[in-house]
Amino acid sequence: MQEFILPANNAEMTWVCLLIPLLPLIGFLINGLGNRKLPKGLAGLVGCATVIGSFLLSLYLFFGFEGYGNRPYTTDIFNWIHVGALRIPFSFQIDQLSLIMLLLVTGVGSVIHIYSAGYMSHDENFGKFFSFLNLFVFSMLLLVMGSNYVMMFVGWEGVGLCSYLLIGFWNKVTPYNNAAKKAFIINRIGDLGFLLGIFLIFQTYGSVVYGEVFNQASQLSEVNDGVVIAITLLLFVGAMGKSAQLPLYTWLPDAMAGPTPVSALIHAATMVTAGIYMVIRSNVLYTLAPDTLEIVAIVGLATALFAATIGLFQNDIKKVLAYSTVSQLGYMFLALGVMAYSSSLFHVLTHAFFKALLFLGAGSVIHAMSGEQDLRKMGGLKKALPITFITFLIGTLAISGIPPFAGFFSKDELLAHVFVHSKVMWGFGVLTSFMTAFYMFRLLYLAFYGNFRGTEEQRHHLHESPAVMTIPLIILAILSTIGGFMGLPAVFSENHMLGNFLSPVYELARRAVPSAFEAHHLSHETEYMLMAVSVGVAVVAIIMAYFIYGKKRTVPAEEGAALSPLHKLVYNKYYVDELYNGLFVKPVMGLSTGLYRFVEKGIIDPIVNGFGKATLGGGRSLRFVQSGATGSYLLLMVLGIALILLLNFIN
Amino acid sequence: MNDIPEVIRTIPLNYYLYFSTALFCIGIIGVLTRRNAIIIFMCIELMLNSVNLLLTAFSSYRSDPNGQIFVFFIMAVAAAEVAVGLAIIVMIYRNVRSTDINILNKLKW
Repeated sequence: MQEFILPANNAEMTWVCLLIPLLPLIGFLINGLGNRKLPKGLAGLVGCATVIGSFLLSLYLFFGFEGYGNRPYTTDIFNWIHVGALRIPFSFQIDQLSLIMLLLVTGVGSVIHIYSAGYMSHDENFGKFFSFLNLFVFSMLLLVMGSNYVMMFVGWEGVGLCSYLLIGFWNKVTPYNNAAKKAFIINRIGDLGFLLGIFLIFQTYGSVVYGEVFNQASQLSEVNDGVVIAITLLLFVGAMGKSAQLPLYTWLPDAMAGPTPVSALIHAATMVTAGIYMVIRSNVLYTLAPDTLEIVAIVGLATALFAATIGLFQNDIKKVLAYSTVSQLGYMFLALGVMAYSSSLFHVLTHAFFKALLFLGAGSVIHAMSGEQDLRKMGGLKKALPITFITFLIGTLAISGIPPFAGFFSKDELLAHVFVHSKVMWGFGVLTSFMTAFYMFRLLYLAFYGNFRGTEEQRHHLHESPAVMTIPLIILAILSTIGGFMGLPAVFSENHMLGNFLSPVYELARRAVPSAFEAHHLSHETEYMLMAVSVGVAVVAIIMAYFIYGKKRTVPAEEGAALSPLHKLVYNKYYVDELYNGLFVKPVMGLSTGLYRFVEKGIIDPIVNGFGKATLGGGRSLRFVQSGATGSYLLLMVLGIALILLLNFIN
Repeated sequence: MNDIPEVIRTIPLNYYLYFSTALFCIGIIGVLTRRNAIIIFMCIELMLNSVNLLLTAFSSYRSDPNGQIFVFFIMAVAAAEVAVGLAIIVMIYRNVRSTDINILNKLKW
């Protein structure tokens, strides 16, 4: 893409680009090294200020981009790896896509950082928490700013590490550690695919720098070329792990073990969007492989539907949100699969706003309930937590797709693209949307309406969160309300701000496969119809939820109560975890135990111990030779000479 | 071979070999079986001399003087060695009042 991407000829830009990831790294170092020595106020200040600084610099880049001629540029920092034909510069690529991601990561990240300062204020490892958060943001920034696949991989692994550190943040609790390990290991499975994909890219195109790879791909590769399909599939395996798609999604619900701001950060702004970013970044390759895209769409849709059904019966407030994230991520991959790259990113953005809002709102509820997360023990929180309630309601409306909240626009646009691609997929998408609205309102009614079902002690403890927590909620609620207007549907406005802005990113793909980008014109009637259907479905779901959980005040059954078989199956998440346990964990554990018992204890240990014992025994017997007696020395000497002579004689 | 003197040729080389082998073996047996350090020393001299004899015999039969020069060197070195060795034995005797090598087990470290 040499013709599109030129190096920045401007030292100022280089410095700004360098500072954006550097600031959180500095924050990480300060808080990490001064963990227990820094006072909490200072640690929080450093943690928040560095990310906010990055956000301001990102804004500067964003608004300077037009002045720079709306032209993508790269900034070389240093020559990183140079071995044989492999040449990997450490440089940042600033284009429309990375700018949007930068704003998202640092913007939503800042809000979550500020909230964390309030949420974690009672925690003894406050400084450690902020250093991990900063490292998380640093890794994510490296991931989105890097100009080649290797830098993306470094960031990719970085967020994986940070998720491990943060999910297991309260590392004195064994299940939390297990959840952290699970996230780490499942992500490693995906990373293997991603890594192999990078190797294959280098093998095929002789470079890992985006510009060169895409340029070559657009000129050399045929549509549905076997190698391109292999590359895209391998990359997608990486995305499946990072963005929690079937069958590698099981780590995400368990990731709820971490502190709530971490859940918000992982689910909304950073880690899980990495897979989607990667696919959009590689749009040239994916456009060249329609077969892969079909698989992406199917996996996405299956994940969306599957996770949504599980979400229907979860009783843990954060688990419901977790499954809704998995489901929404499925939506995004569905959009990628039908080549609606911009719509997918649009949904990433709006989802980041309302999902961060919902998680932080849930955190506020948990904070007020002194750590209680079970929806069955809540109820009637509306009065005690007015700000949390209103913001949470906005988030719920946004995720359910009620206009004019942000989720409506992105979801509608996404579903319209799916409708063009396949009516069946659209039908399932709408079904998912129905379930999403239902379980979100179920959550809302259970938590905020009805009578309080917790203990007396919790009732007295109920309080609205401090301003440091409610202000981020309000900011995110505003974003969730107006965020959708950056992508108005064609019927309302010809000017799709986000789509137009992102359009140059697909320039090469458009050149390589012009037919894939032919505009699909939906008639206005169809578009109105689609909108009406998605809103109607959401409204029906809300009304259903109102009748069951609002009016009748049904409370989900207690643990251990008899459930109908289907309900039980869904409540237990289709036993997928148990299945994985049986299929992978248990055999591996069994194999390890067997190997330990028979190979380790029976073969390897005796060999190793045998060497030790032989040495000891040899030493012990040789000790008698060294008696110090002159006579025996002489004898040995003569015998030795005789032996040498004998050997000579034989030879 | 013609310039080997008649006197020397009267005794064949094989005889020298047998004799020095016998001498060497006597020396070895003496070294291994005797307990008195001085006698062991003498046996070592015996072995050295058997080697010297062999060297002289070969050098004479091959008309090559190098062997005899070696013998002189060996004698000189042996003399020096005996001087040192005897001095050590005398010192040992002074300390333990015996030159019996069976009670000398101080070579351990």
